[in-house]
Amino acid sequence: MTATTPTRDTRTTRAARATADLRPVSFGTLTLVEWRKQLDTRAGRWMLAVIAIVTAGVLAVMMAVNGGNHSFSAFVIGTTTPMAMLLPIVGVLAATSEWSQRTALVTFTLEPRRTRVGLAKVVGAIGSGLALLVLTVGLAALAHLLVVAFRDADPAWDLTLHAVALLALTVVLFMAQGVGFGLLLRSTPAAIVTLLLVPTLFGLVGGLVPGMAEVLPWVDLGTATEPLLFGGTLDGAGWAHLATSALIWVVAPLVGGLWRVARSEITSS
Amino acid sequence: MITVEHLTKRYGPVAAVDDVSFTVEPGHVTGFLGPNGAGKSTTMRMICGLTPATSGAARVLGKPFPALANPGRRVGVLLDAAAQHSGRTGREVLTLAALMTGVDRRRIDTTLDLVGLTDREAARRVGQYSLGMRQRLGIASALLGDPEVLILDEPANGLDPAGIRWMRDLLDDFAGRGGTVLLSSHLLREMEAVADRIVVIGRGRVVAEGHKDELLRQAGTFARSTDDGALALALRQGGVGVEELATGGLAVEAEPLDVGRAAAAAGVVLAELRAADSRGLEDLFLELTADDARAQTRMEVPA
Repeated sequence: MTATTPTRDTRTTRAARATADLRPVSFGTLTLVEWRKQLDTRAGRWMLAVIAIVTAGVLAVMMAVNGGNHSFSAFVIGTTTPMAMLLPIVGVLAATSEWSQRTALVTFTLEPRRTRVGLAKVVGAIGSGLALLVLTVGLAALAHLLVVAFRDADPAWDLTLHAVALLALTVVLFMAQGVGFGLLLRSTPAAIVTLLLVPTLFGLVGGLVPGMAEVLPWVDLGTATEPLLFGGTLDGAGWAHLATSALIWVVAPLVGGLWRVARSEITSS
Repeated sequence: MITVEHLTKRYGPVAAVDDVSFTVEPGHVTGFLGPNGAGKSTTMRMICGLTPATSGAARVLGKPFPALANPGRRVGVLLDAAAQHSGRTGREVLTLAALMTGVDRRRIDTTLDLVGLTDREAARRVGQYSLGMRQRLGIASALLGDPEVLILDEPANGLDPAGIRWMRDLLDDFAGRGGTVLLSSHLLREMEAVADRIVVIGRGRVVAEGHKDELLRQAGTFARSTDDGALALALRQGGVGVEELATGGLAVEAEPLDVGRAAAAAGVVLAELRAADSRGLEDLFLELTADDARAQTRMEVPA
């Protein structure tokens, strides 16, 4: 660090550039910046690396047990449970780090339209989630290729585009949910605990209440997304269950979080 | 140009900022001075659209801050140097700001150079920075967008004397090119060195505003003579307030010319006659905020 004496460049003269050519920050730019922010810290990179490592670990175990005789889609399905647990955390961190690391002050002075920043976080997090999904499917294909080549498993390239599309939909829902809880609660531990525990407890307690059994599929996201994660299909009622439970566990927290960010005071403490 | 009009922020019954109005003109460094908790930071956050005002309004370059298109290119803001992600490198912090505001990435190096952060320092994570280095990084990110206005909250905090000198030169240069600067501090000496206009705030209210020299100028005359006692007597007989200073000499509440006339009439030989020393900002500050301090003490006494 040297105490240089500034002689120029603190600002250029007005003639050097016109103010009129300044355009508002575009949503694309915001999204790219928010995506970069998920990856440019050790914490963020580790989170994604852990998911990739866990995925690879699950695949390795599957290759070892039962003679490695699993179809391509079985490998993919095997990885979705850890993904479903960990992916929303990426979304949570994208939102809460603004408060835990106090960067909100800078972010919202560079872009005062806070709702756009929140939505850019959602889109950026979905980008990360879909990239991980592509990686997972790739790793599963590799795992299946290996068991076919080296463990005499029966080749079964049975993963349908439909199943992948449903998985992608789940990723979108989980990422939006993570960002929503993060924006709403602003504390990483609180958001993660709430996100992982509350829907589970809700499902458990709901199961004990008589008469809830019929209502539960409509209001429990875990039940509603089960067919998506495990290679099933959705009938009309299934889609309706998904819609209502996503409204409660994804859309409501996200809208609430965006609303809170738009209205609240941004301080450094 | 920053215009603050009747800005008020209430938290429940407490007014953190109470009907504050002032303007910050281009071409000057305006100091925003007040003790801790006086409402400086709250006012600055309201100017930047981060804290919603209870009433009143603030405009930057003629518009409410949130209405500026790409505000990072018009207004450089540093509200808390510590508020940076500790896991990012200094260069990454500036890269994110450059991407967001659409500034040419080459300007990152120019700006790092300007605030005196080396390439090696810029490659380190912010968590390892000293407060002084964070301040420099914060000033770098404020200057990155080549703004017309700078809003800096306590930027001298954590800087060493050389750093404060450096910042003064930097802000002088910025204002000299027609830029508008608002900076806050509770460090009076730094403010005395850096700012040429001053707004003093105490307990949420503006208690003084004006040119630094005007605020610091003190009415009165200092006189020393061969017979201070006789001079004091003569002046008092003329109805002029006089204080005999323990260190010798008289503090007289009159113009030097009148003191000279009184001395001549009394036949006292003057050894020294001049306008009173300008008081330091510290005296001014304590004087201006003393009433508030007393009021607060009174309020705290149970009825």
